[in-house]
Amino acid sequence: MNAEQTIEKVRGSRIWRSVFRSGTGNSTLHRALAIQQNIFLHLFATKVRKRMVRFSATWYLGTLTLGTFLILVITGILLMLYYHPSVPQAYADMKDLQFVVSSGLFLRNLHRWSAQLMVFLVFAHMFKVFYRGAYRTPREFNWVVGIVLLLITLLLSYTGYLLPWDQLAFWAITVGSNLSSAVPLVGNKIHFLLLGGNQVNANALLRFYVLHCVVLPIMAVLFIAVHFWRIRKDGGLYVQQSEPKAQAPSDSIEPAQEVK
Amino acid sequence: MSTPKDFAAGIDSDQRRSPTRVVFVTRRTSAQVKVSREDQVQTFPEVLFRAALAIELLAILLVVFSLFFNAPLEGIADPTHTPNPAKAPWYFLGLQELLHYFPPVVAGVLVPTLLIVSLIVIPYFNINIEASGMFLKDRARRKQIFYIATAGMLIFLLLFHVYVAVAPTVIVALGMVVAAHSTPESPSQLRRYLASKPLSYWIMTWFLLELIVLTAVGTFFRGPGWSWVWPWRS
Repeated sequence: MNAEQTIEKVRGSRIWRSVFRSGTGNSTLHRALAIQQNIFLHLFATKVRKRMVRFSATWYLGTLTLGTFLILVITGILLMLYYHPSVPQAYADMKDLQFVVSSGLFLRNLHRWSAQLMVFLVFAHMFKVFYRGAYRTPREFNWVVGIVLLLITLLLSYTGYLLPWDQLAFWAITVGSNLSSAVPLVGNKIHFLLLGGNQVNANALLRFYVLHCVVLPIMAVLFIAVHFWRIRKDGGLYVQQSEPKAQAPSDSIEPAQEVK
Repeated sequence: MSTPKDFAAGIDSDQRRSPTRVVFVTRRTSAQVKVSREDQVQTFPEVLFRAALAIELLAILLVVFSLFFNAPLEGIADPTHTPNPAKAPWYFLGLQELLHYFPPVVAGVLVPTLLIVSLIVIPYFNINIEASGMFLKDRARRKQIFYIATAGMLIFLLLFHVYVAVAPTVIVALGMVVAAHSTPESPSQLRRYLASKPLSYWIMTWFLLELIVLTAVGTFFRGPGWSWVWPWRS
């Protein structure tokens, strides 16, 4: 029995069919059902316009942003196994990642660089969508969801910045959080709420840890789901209407000339 | 017994007031035929596999990059020892650069709030729905407003010594000047392109250029005491 037959046999088994509702088969119907009958994949449309699949249409910026997010979730969970959000243990854990944990430094590198890239990709995605005109009716709300996701991404990156508890982290968060004090009337209250104190300290580290590892990722997942689902609901990826061709001066050339 | 009418007959060419219209094609005009049916591919497997491939390539690149470049880690946090300069993460350095010129309530609260609000209202903004060239209608008045607004902006930037923000403003303003003196009938393709751009396009382009310039200045050109340094001379 070759591999293909084995796969077919597994896919036809009772257990497999109890899990995947779309059933076996390679027909267009089954391929559509594979999307439709799956709770995660049904966020997407069953079909996509062929020209929107080309790289030049979207540069795959949204897909790549999702890619960085997935890498961040995986590496983030692994990093959580080695990290204590307390002072000064947090910094000692960084050193352990560097010198004690196998591939610990690589893990942190991957998390850090993916995070930087994600911020960049989110901005790039936003500008690409804008210049394609893909925010227009009926996609207004999905644009707003995108802005929310941009803010969540920035907050995720910002809260993660403090966690290594080195000089870079401490002073970057000090500079950033001092801005919240500038809010009229309630500035100092917001500042205190954010940090759990009047300056960046152990409480701030714990708060940022909870935001970074629990609150913001859950919000991100929810809004990402809405973001994908709305693409389908709003009629699929936006196709740029070819703008009415400008009347080039060829108008002045009378067809009569060709006749002559 | 008559059923209530759910339509009203009338003549209107305003697409915002009456979005659903019956179009009569008279003999002189020809209806523009839009192609609505086009080739589609199945999301499973074609699109999903491409997405997976893109993500895998990205993962490989990031893994290779992470093998060769280490994430920065400095000494343990020390509240008694302030590094000079203390910099925010790179994506906030544009704001930190503004903080150098304006009071915190402007650079840290007003500007970010306005930015977020204006990003959110972009699709709800009338001018965008029209999506027509900025200077194609009412050209003389719009040109006047544009020149006054640009001059005001430049004076404002110079008054507060925000010299780094002047260049992007001038570049976008020059583009708009070209647009203001171009028509969709222009022989130059660039001028036709610029003439067709709405106000939102110009604002967004200005925002993009300012974002790049301010972030780059904050990241590379600022040293101790937020003084100007040349990155290649350090």
